[in-house]
Amino acid sequence: MTDAVELERRTAELLAAHPPTRLPPPPSTEGPAGPSLSSATTGKLDFLKARFDAGLAWVHYPEGLGGLGAPRSLQVVVDAALEAAGAPDNDSRRNGIGLGMAAPTILKYGTEEQKQRFLRPLWIGEEVWCQLFSEPGAGSDLAALGTRAVREGDEWVVNGQKVWTSGAHNARWAILIARTDPDVPKHAGITYFVCDMTDPGVDVRPLRQITGEAEFNEVFLTDVRIPDSRRLGAVGDGWRVAQTTLNNERVAIGGMRLPREGGMIGPVAKTWRERPELRTHDLHQRLLKLWVESEVARLTAERLRQQLVAGQPGPEGAGMKLAFARLNQEISGLEVELRGEEGLLYDDWTMRRPELVDFTGRDAGYRYLRAKGNSIEGGTSEVLLNIVAERVLGLPAEPRTDKDVAWKDLAR
Amino acid sequence: MSAQPDLLYSEEEEALRAAVRDLLADHCDAPGVIARTESDTPHDAAAWKALTEGMGLAGLLVPEKLGGQGASHREVAVVLEELGRAVAPVPYLTSAVVATEALLACGDEELLGKLASGRTVGALAVGLHVAPEAAFAAVRVEDGRLYGELTGIADAAAADVLLVPGDDGGLYAVEAGAVSVTPQVSFDLTRPLATVTLDGAAARRVGDAEPAVRRALRAGAGLLASEQFGVAEWALTETVRYLKERKQFNRPVGGFQAIKHRLAQLWLEVVNLRAAARGAADALASGEDADVLVAVAQAYAAPVAVRAAEEALQLHAGIGMTWEHPIHLYLKRAKADSIAFGTAGAHREALGALVDLRTP
Repeated sequence: MTDAVELERRTAELLAAHPPTRLPPPPSTEGPAGPSLSSATTGKLDFLKARFDAGLAWVHYPEGLGGLGAPRSLQVVVDAALEAAGAPDNDSRRNGIGLGMAAPTILKYGTEEQKQRFLRPLWIGEEVWCQLFSEPGAGSDLAALGTRAVREGDEWVVNGQKVWTSGAHNARWAILIARTDPDVPKHAGITYFVCDMTDPGVDVRPLRQITGEAEFNEVFLTDVRIPDSRRLGAVGDGWRVAQTTLNNERVAIGGMRLPREGGMIGPVAKTWRERPELRTHDLHQRLLKLWVESEVARLTAERLRQQLVAGQPGPEGAGMKLAFARLNQEISGLEVELRGEEGLLYDDWTMRRPELVDFTGRDAGYRYLRAKGNSIEGGTSEVLLNIVAERVLGLPAEPRTDKDVAWKDLAR
Repeated sequence: MSAQPDLLYSEEEEALRAAVRDLLADHCDAPGVIARTESDTPHDAAAWKALTEGMGLAGLLVPEKLGGQGASHREVAVVLEELGRAVAPVPYLTSAVVATEALLACGDEELLGKLASGRTVGALAVGLHVAPEAAFAAVRVEDGRLYGELTGIADAAAADVLLVPGDDGGLYAVEAGAVSVTPQVSFDLTRPLATVTLDGAAARRVGDAEPAVRRALRAGAGLLASEQFGVAEWALTETVRYLKERKQFNRPVGGFQAIKHRLAQLWLEVVNLRAAARGAADALASGEDADVLVAVAQAYAAPVAVRAAEEALQLHAGIGMTWEHPIHLYLKRAKADSIAFGTAGAHREALGALVDLRTP
């Protein structure tokens, strides 16, 4: 088993072969941007490729696929050493769906050929991924999805409409679930594919949201042809494969480490300190209450992280998204009020297609509006409460009327 | 900011928990605790003896050279979680934490050794409601004797020695036999209050009151959060268990979504409370960031523990209103705890100063 000492040694070797330098930040940056990083002797992509090939990309992945089969908890050893040396990283936020969801699913269900083809450019960030799961008629009830995939020889012909697809306009690939058998109950007739977003049948249209911009898209699929070699898992097994994807989405939320005031409460506390003229007694009481709740949520996340590092993952992760969604909404709501007259203004309604969600780079009004999505995206708070009640507390499942009915006979 | 607090339980702490839980299962079953509340002996001397003489738990905070265990607030917190889960009527928080911390501040080795053994029970004669930063009452000191009356003193009826603040700034040790202790009809039947009347009681000065009381109340407040977590966790666990069995409309009541969501929400808060309580316990043990983490834990704990007990009552419905069912013990403890060592609001106010979020 690869241990921390071995990882430190390999990281040092990588750095010796590709010494990075720390560049000063450009003079006109605003906000807390870190120094730009690049490698003195190696371009950024070449450095990342070398890191991947050294098995230091995600150490818990197998050898040859960017890892060394080491415990996941040891990744911090590599990350810390590379960060200290000023090495470039793979901008993981720009490919969250690829890294957090597509990659673990490919690792678990992909063929050897698929793993070799997809994982390296994914981790490096050369190829961004998106997720074609939700549909207009299949939100919380994702398994009701109606996008059809019909087999023709060695290919599948896909028709349908997907929605809430973040980053589809930047994506090279998509993970896609589609209905391959309408004659069986809904969970049984789904198959999981990798969809080429450059296929001429893929039409990506921005979906403008309440903030003014368009983070996500509608994606219309018209006679999109997917070779059978890009199927992940068995025909009809797509629901089970998708569980890997969705479970990893929640693991990704649990792994973070925040400093005190590191979340949404930070900008509000800062404004409170710097702008005494905005203070009122009512706001003070509410601010202190939310400050406490933020700090407690931070401690809970930290405890979850310590459990993961100790190899004893707890069920707390299921609740973290719920907690942060509510807190983000309440804090940003308070922040708009705190700003008084300025709270009546908005920084910019211009329609844009941002690469990233940037909570801190915008005004309070933006934070308030964007945070509304936190209790919807990645599972609504109502569904998550069901999940906690059933999987953590062991309470009875909701009564079902759709389990033994063929998908084509369901009410819609 | 300094290093993160260690928020987990060590293997030793889990073993300690298991041992305390076993012991309390033998001594403090719910019908027994309910019956004791209206008896002449509201404190459970047998359970206290088993916890202290049997397991040495009264001395966890006391150095080994003084007859204690030389452990830390982390272990004490685990004991308090279990005592909360059982609403055990023993003077642990008052004697082994608060009075002990006051004596640690004074450096009174002799009394510390006695309290550590559990054979002597101590009580700090400061009202249970007093917050760590708040003013506390003192009695008149005249020729080395004490005169006055102090109310709201938790577990005074079980105490052998009282630590009494004097109006000369001293903290005095007084034998229980030298004062009159009158039980007050208390909202929390398992942690009864009493009035302590001193009429020329002989006293020995053990140190300065101010730093000793501050230190004692801060530790009491921080570790109370672990007791509140124990109370809340019992309420949640017991309610979930009951609602899986209880059937109405031909279904388990716990299968109705309105109820599932309430319980899931409560679970989330209880999980948060555990992290907050562990944060406070670890901070008290390490001394790092303790003022903030104690205030955070106390600002968060009381509403959660009270809500857990209130939800338990409502979701048990009729049976939850009966004297026979133990929920009321937990509700009364949770509500009393919400005032003990300062309300959540008082701790939020303290935080405002600590983290520079000032009043308008």
